Amino acid sequence: MFRRALVLASLLLATLAADAKETVKIAFIGPLTGGVSANGLGGRNSADLAVRLRNADAGARYTYELTVLDDECKPNIGVQVATKAAADRKIVAGVTHYCSAVAMGTVDVYHRFGLPVIVWGAVLPDITYANDYKEIHRVNGTMINQNDVAAKFMVGLKYRKWAVIHDTTDYGKGHNKYFSEDIAKLGGTIVGTFGVSADQQDFNAELTKIKELKPEVIYFGGLTPIGVRIRSQMDKLGIKAVFQGTSGIVSDAFIEGLGPLAEGTLAFREGAPAEKLPGGKFFLEQYQKQGYSEGPEAYGAFAYAAANLIMDAIEKVGPDRRKVAAELRKTKNHQSIVGPVTFDDHGQNMVPLITKFVVQDGKWMVWEDSEYASGKRKLPRAP
Amino acid sequence: MDPAVAGQYVLNGLMLGMIYAMVAVGFTLFFGVLDVIKFSHGDVVMAGAFTALATLGGLSAGGVVSAAVLVVAATAVAVAAMALLGALIARTLILPLRNAPSLNTLLITLMLGLALREAVRLFYPNGSNPKPFPRLLPADAWSAGGFSLRADSAILLVAGLSAIVAVHLIIHRTRLGLAIRAVAQDPETARVMGVNFEAVVMITFGIGSALAALAGVGDALYYNEINFGMGLWLGVIGFSAAVVGGLGSLYGAILGGFLFAALQTVGAIWFAVPAYKDVFAFGAVILLMAWKPTGLIAEKSAERV
Repeated sequence: MFRRALVLASLLLATLAADAKETVKIAFIGPLTGGVSANGLGGRNSADLAVRLRNADAGARYTYELTVLDDECKPNIGVQVATKAAADRKIVAGVTHYCSAVAMGTVDVYHRFGLPVIVWGAVLPDITYANDYKEIHRVNGTMINQNDVAAKFMVGLKYRKWAVIHDTTDYGKGHNKYFSEDIAKLGGTIVGTFGVSADQQDFNAELTKIKELKPEVIYFGGLTPIGVRIRSQMDKLGIKAVFQGTSGIVSDAFIEGLGPLAEGTLAFREGAPAEKLPGGKFFLEQYQKQGYSEGPEAYGAFAYAAANLIMDAIEKVGPDRRKVAAELRKTKNHQSIVGPVTFDDHGQNMVPLITKFVVQDGKWMVWEDSEYASGKRKLPRAP
Repeated sequence: MDPAVAGQYVLNGLMLGMIYAMVAVGFTLFFGVLDVIKFSHGDVVMAGAFTALATLGGLSAGGVVSAAVLVVAATAVAVAAMALLGALIARTLILPLRNAPSLNTLLITLMLGLALREAVRLFYPNGSNPKPFPRLLPADAWSAGGFSLRADSAILLVAGLSAIVAVHLIIHRTRLGLAIRAVAQDPETARVMGVNFEAVVMITFGIGSALAALAGVGDALYYNEINFGMGLWLGVIGFSAAVVGGLGSLYGAILGGFLFAALQTVGAIWFAVPAYKDVFAFGAVILLMAWKPTGLIAEKSAERV
């Protein structure tokens, strides 16, 4: 009798395993076209990699499918595609947005439709902190931490006079606000602040004015495309100040756009660089293996981690939006390739770590490993 | 204000104005000869810059190192290619729609511009990223106080001026120019007098587009960066400059181009948030249009182009 039951049970198990796994859809949204598309494509590939690896894992309960949408880094388009994703009941959760202005515009949509999302690149604090939406999470840090570290670091290098150029989106304005506050606290001065539009081509008028003000550092709060233009036009006008950017310019496209002129540019980004983390090495190897035509860029690892967090939650509680949101909110000390992830009660990952970068020989180097830190090379210093 | 710094602002404005004027002249040529507005013009500027960049890539791979040879060759290829493209656009899109409502031409060229832009973004290797454009002109700078004049800026300024003067001479001093002016004045009579109407239209579009290519290469050499979206903005500004100067008038376009650059520069100096400079410049254009609806130098139908 007992033996018969055992045979039956094993038969049952066998049929279960042979059954096709249920397919679960996850959305990825980022800027796949336009000036910052390099970051968007890197994020997409990274999320795709997470899904592929999970599908190759026989132990996974579900088969995952990534629905990729392009927000073009434009809030109006972002709201359209966010609505599209949120309205699709088959999509259980989303890995969403690199651009802060877009993420700001879409949080209400996700809340209204109850779609749990994890932001993978946008750094404006308000995305998680200006609302109590239980659907919204973020794996990367905010610009508050970023600018805090940046200001202390720069003052530590004995710089005292800044001119600020920022784009007039939420992203640039936020950076300007937090950095200016921090610098004022630390006793530095800001000799001029210039809000510019995010697609401006010519900065000669602004830079001529800045040249007159003689700052030691030009702080730039904005994204890669205009960062490239400003740095290049600074050189043409013979401005010798240090160029200090934010996480928005930490991309290979910045260096490709400037060539040797990128040398000595400073920037700050939350999280440790992927190659410095144990899981990061695995990530980069697997990424190579898939043969994507674009690199993962600065935030790829975050998109990868976000996709994995979502899939882990789905594995645990099943493909149900509300349960997944609740499960994500409980995330505590979850090991990921960007370090341990813990969400606070706003869904914000409390990443303690901010990495300082400097461009050396056409590469973003971690400051501590660079020849600038060792004193072999020197940043420009105004007379 | 320190005179040296003021001088720097003027120089910045002149450089901008030169690029705008070259684009605006194209708009005015097309409107003068056929009364059409060709909205893909800005994207032809962009395509010209990318053609030059591709040529440079090819030449460098072929082992050419002399900067002078590279600049001249890349410019020549870009100008020739865009002139052909301009003529082709005239042949395939503008001429067949000649008797359709002008709104159709406007729409179809708007779409063409979009197609050009997206084609470069999708098919040029890594085309969605800003591309560095090599610094090929000598970078020697002459500076005094806050003012610095670089050799490359001076060369570009002179080259741009000569190009505009050349177009002026072609139109006013050659038989071809005579034919263009005849077609502009009265296409039917010009035809009766034995002017090859279609050829003249194609050549005019070729000239305008060649100038656009030159503007594109100039812009690329000046900013050392090009991107697939650069033509959109240049197109809008070039068009506004042509309209405010007086659509159909060559001098009007030049005046409009420099005026727009001056407005932007003044806006950037005046406002605490320089992002408002475009609002200021376009606002001023609206006021000017209200004051002189036909533009500053109104086109007299007897001497248009």
